[in-house]
Amino acid sequence: MGLNDAIVQDSKGRSGGLFGDGGPTFLTTKLDFVVNWGRRNSLWPMPFGTACCAIEMMASAASNFDIARFGMERMSFSPRQADVLICAGRVPYKLAPVLRRIWDQMPQPKWCISMGACASSGGVFDVYSMVQGIDTIVPVDVYIPGCPPRPEALIYGLMMVQEKIRQESLDQHFELRAEDPMSVARPRANTEEIVGLTGPFGNSTLQEELSEVGVDAPEGPLGDAADITTP
Amino acid sequence: MSDDSLSELDALDAGPRASDVVEPAAGPPSDPSGHPTVVALMERFGDAVLHHEVVADEQHVVHVDPSRNVEIIRWLRDDPAQAYNHLADVTAVDFGGGAPLQVVYQLFSLTHKHRLRVKCLLDVDALTIDSVVPMWNGANWLEREVYDMFGITFKGHPDLRRILMPKDYAEGHPLRKDFPLRGRFSRAEQTRRALAQDVDRFYIPAERAVGREPQEVHFPDPDAPSRAGRADG
Repeated sequence: MGLNDAIVQDSKGRSGGLFGDGGPTFLTTKLDFVVNWGRRNSLWPMPFGTACCAIEMMASAASNFDIARFGMERMSFSPRQADVLICAGRVPYKLAPVLRRIWDQMPQPKWCISMGACASSGGVFDVYSMVQGIDTIVPVDVYIPGCPPRPEALIYGLMMVQEKIRQESLDQHFELRAEDPMSVARPRANTEEIVGLTGPFGNSTLQEELSEVGVDAPEGPLGDAADITTP
Repeated sequence: MSDDSLSELDALDAGPRASDVVEPAAGPPSDPSGHPTVVALMERFGDAVLHHEVVADEQHVVHVDPSRNVEIIRWLRDDPAQAYNHLADVTAVDFGGGAPLQVVYQLFSLTHKHRLRVKCLLDVDALTIDSVVPMWNGANWLEREVYDMFGITFKGHPDLRRILMPKDYAEGHPLRKDFPLRGRFSRAEQTRRALAQDVDRFYIPAERAVGREPQEVHFPDPDAPSRAGRADG
């Protein structure tokens, strides 16, 4: 049965709609819907893979799982052409400015996925060198648990981003897409948030007391410590 | 830790603790006759060889005077009967409790197929030792790592600066036993400092120059004799 056979004809035998000849060749929709439809079905991921989660991310892109089915047609290795940042793996403090710069370089609209335990919370690496959750550095839309998450979990996370996009409305544009230029390369979370985020996995202040080291950072050459109050 | 009646969850709340167990820095001395190099080393340097032991059945370890480390290692490399021409590793160990830090040289003789581990014990308040970079260029980054992680200064190193931690890392040397697991600053301060890193502070000028200009590409000269046509050697 060909496509033309499927065309609905009215009682007078006239065909119309999209496939007809001479019929109305338009359809009406909501702008919100069509914009969100376009955005959510052409998400290009920016892979920020630093550890074993990146292996699962690669598996998700390969033929067996194939996230191209969901519109993630190609991994965009340039942040300028990416829509969703997938941070897969642990992020040390030395890499934190790199992650922040990549996020700042991505054009709006953009979303962020924190893939795996280490990116979401620091995981088992509750140590001196590790960022305790990338949400202290960049805003995160979807957290994917797992160590590492299976490709199904990543695909589910990406579909949750799609669902989030589907529920957006253009009249929220300025709220959703607002960016403070002063926030570039600044911690996203404030002190209280960072303390709260690191709390459940061990209290930093306790071990500082144990090591008999004050929590006050010395006045370094970096300056601008006014907004940081030590816990 | 076992004497107090904390459950695992209480211990989790209390956070990590410094280990109060001080492991012995060296075992009992062993018979040096099993290793020809150790015998020769003791004959030649006498007092400078402080201790000898065998660990893991076959690994011979000698402790030498840290002020003569370069002299001894150079002899081990250059003496034809020893010929320890391969420096497999330079690292360090901190056993905690104020015990001396150990700088470890793992040597291998490709000629005689002998292995030898040379250790130098440094007091925690005098962490300075001569560099072996003049002998092996490969020790450059290894000694930088030991400096970064333990704070041991290598005299004569051409470029002694941090290699793993950021250049302006102000919390100390992380692999020392007296270093707290989560660092010395609060997480907020660590995050702020991490994001305040900038490339100008991070790299030396020579590294920043790389990639600034398009790299010069050398195409092979068609008139030059080809590599395949050249005589071997």
